Amino acid sequence: MKKTLLAVSLGLGIALSASAQAKTMVFCSEGSPEGFNPSLYSAGTTFDASSQTIFNRLVQFEPGTTKVVPGLAESWTASDDGLEYTFKLRKGVKFHTTKNFTPSRDFNADDILFTFNRMWKEDHPYHGVSGGDYKYFGWMSMGDLLKSIEKVDDYTVKFTLNMAEAPFVSNMAMDFASVMSAEYADQLAAQGSMEDIDHKPVGTGPFVFKSYQKDAMIRYTAHDDYWGGRSNIDKLVFAITTDANVRYQKMKAGECHVMPYPNPADLAAMDADEDINLMRQEGLNVGYLAFNTEKAPFNQKKVRQALNMAINKQAILDVVFKGAGSIAKNPIPPTIWSYNDAVQDYPYNPGKAKVLLREAGVSGLKTNIWAMPVQRPYNPNARRMAELIQADWAKVGVEAEIVTYEWGEYLKRSKEGEHDTVFLGWTGDNGDPDNFMYVLLGCDAAKSGGNRARWCHEEFDSTLRQAKQITDQAERTKLYEQAQVIFKEEAPWVTIAHSVVFKPVRKEVTGFKVHPLGSHIFYDGVDLK
Amino acid sequence: MLRFLLQRLLVMIPVFFGVTLVAFGFIRALPGDPVEVLAGERGVSPERHAELTAQLGFDKPLWQQYLSYVGDVLQGDLGVSLVTNRPVLEEFMELFPATAELALCAIIFAIIVGLPIGLIAAIRRGSLLDQGMMSLSLVGYSMPIFWWGLLLIILFSNTLNLTPVSGRMSFLFEVEPVTGFMLIDSLLSDEEGAFASAVHHLVLPAVVLGTIPLAVIARQTRSAMLEVLGEDYVRTARAKGLSPWRIVAIHALRNAMITVVTVIGLQVAVLLAGAILTETIFGWPGIGKWIIFSVFSRDYFAVQGGLLLIALCVMTVNLVVDLLYGLINPRILHQRS
Repeated sequence: MKKTLLAVSLGLGIALSASAQAKTMVFCSEGSPEGFNPSLYSAGTTFDASSQTIFNRLVQFEPGTTKVVPGLAESWTASDDGLEYTFKLRKGVKFHTTKNFTPSRDFNADDILFTFNRMWKEDHPYHGVSGGDYKYFGWMSMGDLLKSIEKVDDYTVKFTLNMAEAPFVSNMAMDFASVMSAEYADQLAAQGSMEDIDHKPVGTGPFVFKSYQKDAMIRYTAHDDYWGGRSNIDKLVFAITTDANVRYQKMKAGECHVMPYPNPADLAAMDADEDINLMRQEGLNVGYLAFNTEKAPFNQKKVRQALNMAINKQAILDVVFKGAGSIAKNPIPPTIWSYNDAVQDYPYNPGKAKVLLREAGVSGLKTNIWAMPVQRPYNPNARRMAELIQADWAKVGVEAEIVTYEWGEYLKRSKEGEHDTVFLGWTGDNGDPDNFMYVLLGCDAAKSGGNRARWCHEEFDSTLRQAKQITDQAERTKLYEQAQVIFKEEAPWVTIAHSVVFKPVRKEVTGFKVHPLGSHIFYDGVDLK
Repeated sequence: MLRFLLQRLLVMIPVFFGVTLVAFGFIRALPGDPVEVLAGERGVSPERHAELTAQLGFDKPLWQQYLSYVGDVLQGDLGVSLVTNRPVLEEFMELFPATAELALCAIIFAIIVGLPIGLIAAIRRGSLLDQGMMSLSLVGYSMPIFWWGLLLIILFSNTLNLTPVSGRMSFLFEVEPVTGFMLIDSLLSDEEGAFASAVHHLVLPAVVLGTIPLAVIARQTRSAMLEVLGEDYVRTARAKGLSPWRIVAIHALRNAMITVVTVIGLQVAVLLAGAILTETIFGWPGIGKWIIFSVFSRDYFAVQGGLLLIALCVMTVNLVVDLLYGLINPRILHQRS
């Protein structure tokens, strides 16, 4: 028995070296995808398994950056008023051939129409399929934005908008805008198995979906006719491993090449491991504490400024982030264009804070700090963070009680403005500053509750609105820089930190890049030695 | 026998309805609105929230929701998962074989090892061997599964490099699911080495999950045997000059088995509870992990359906145990009927 075990384990030990010849890349993913249609779901896990492998979009993010580059569209133009976008489509793009489907034609404008009309038009035959809840399409307000989508010819599509929206092209690069095959949809409709479109996916992407066993494994093979050139990797396997400890053990044992979300406690050991290359990049996120500016005394700027000054952010960074983060001074992370580095953060100065509070006529303030019950990249331990701030505020005579709820309840109650101060954060969707500032701090968001500070500042809001109307990035940058100055002066939040994202990758992997938007991409130069 | 079976089945009906009520109530008793949890930080507009709530039927009074749930269940419809939009029954059936395979192997391991330990300890009562084995079983019984699993992974997978860290099969083999039992499917497939890989992946999780039942079975076998060995008929058998082997194996063991079978039956619930942790540590794609995930995401239909199906499994096993009593000791069958 012992001998057999030994033989088998030796067999496994050489598994990765054997796979190096067959070029099988194993990614120990953190969970099962919700499904294989990225427009229906919202988890990064789902996007990795679908949009980043199986599908393409009209435009895409260049791996490792948030720069928008051509995808299924070779080029695009915007009209001067910013209301019309015309995309020239790439020719000769092949859809995947799978067990269920053999394409008879190349990708064309009909596929774009099918993809967007399904999400947009309630009377589209596919609209209600698989629940019909198109999350990001809704979150990006695409329904309100779109006026029409026209097929100009087989390889030209024109999108007309109801209002100018500069981030529109970036939106088109987001996962939800992944392009599906209209021909496949027709075939499935004729067979009466429309739901298969979301479970047995067919796309144009670098990898062809092969099989999926829930909670166990997803298999892909290289798409031989991929328009961007065949991938270096022949087979791609997602070995679903939910526990971070186990992922690390598997990585050490050579059972996977890349893993996401390592335990902060393991980082030092990973860094020291010769077989592992610990990659890092500043995350596209921000963690903050929002003041409810509708409630007294947080409706006073001086009080908000004082409480900003009373917090020792460096201590938070050391204790909660254990160094895996950087202090935030703006509502957007430094990796996003238009980040205003000239803005000065409030220095830690309890003495000055007391003076400001006195000037504002506030004494013996009793308040609350809402701490999230879940771990997020932008806030690994909200409870601990709340305790540190509680102690800091006590030093300036502010007594704060820590409050927490179950996650769904927390989101709901804080949206309704029950809090005095609340922890939350945001991870960017498309690398556009609008996706942070307007969504989290605009007047519309103050009404809908997304703006947890419930802060509606006329000048700030009109600056953001103006920036939405212009397509020229240099001009937009100026406006956003200005908005960040107003934000800092008005202090509706305590900006706390931007996290650093760590990605352990085995040494035999080459060309892998950490993507700021959080996706894991196994194409574009990724290879195995 | 048939009457006995029918009686037992009749008893199951009220239990079944009780379980539907508990499963329905449990997930709703937890705070958290599933629509909000699904939307996360990005949130959902009040209009969309109302629309989704109505679509899912959550706007109706609870009793109406319950009745329509029970009505659907009776027609075999357990609803659709809020997270994946797939039928709950389909998801369960896809994952259940993995849990069943693991639990079966764990209980077989526990019986094969636990029963002889109990027997030997009873026969050698008071000896160093007895004390040693019983102390060990106490340790096994008290062992936190999570810690025990990680300990074994560190020793066997990382230090000795003997077993894989997690999963059911090496990624090198592509085994088509036929029965869902990897041991069988790998034999059916023409992939050479797949069966060895499946066994190899199963060893550690089965040992971890089987540890607590093993300890319980060993201790129960010992005490049941001791009781039986003190009975008059055993003394008579001894006096008759029967060989000690015959006394233990034929006379004593069969009577002691009634207690032991009961204990084994009760271990099914323990196994399913333990499976949640074991599956998490070993990345085992079974229903334990799935239920936990569904609870966290407030996937009402998946939790309701999953709990109901698990309860059905436990009820079925209990029924089988009841029937086994009859086989082991025909007196029970006659008394009851």
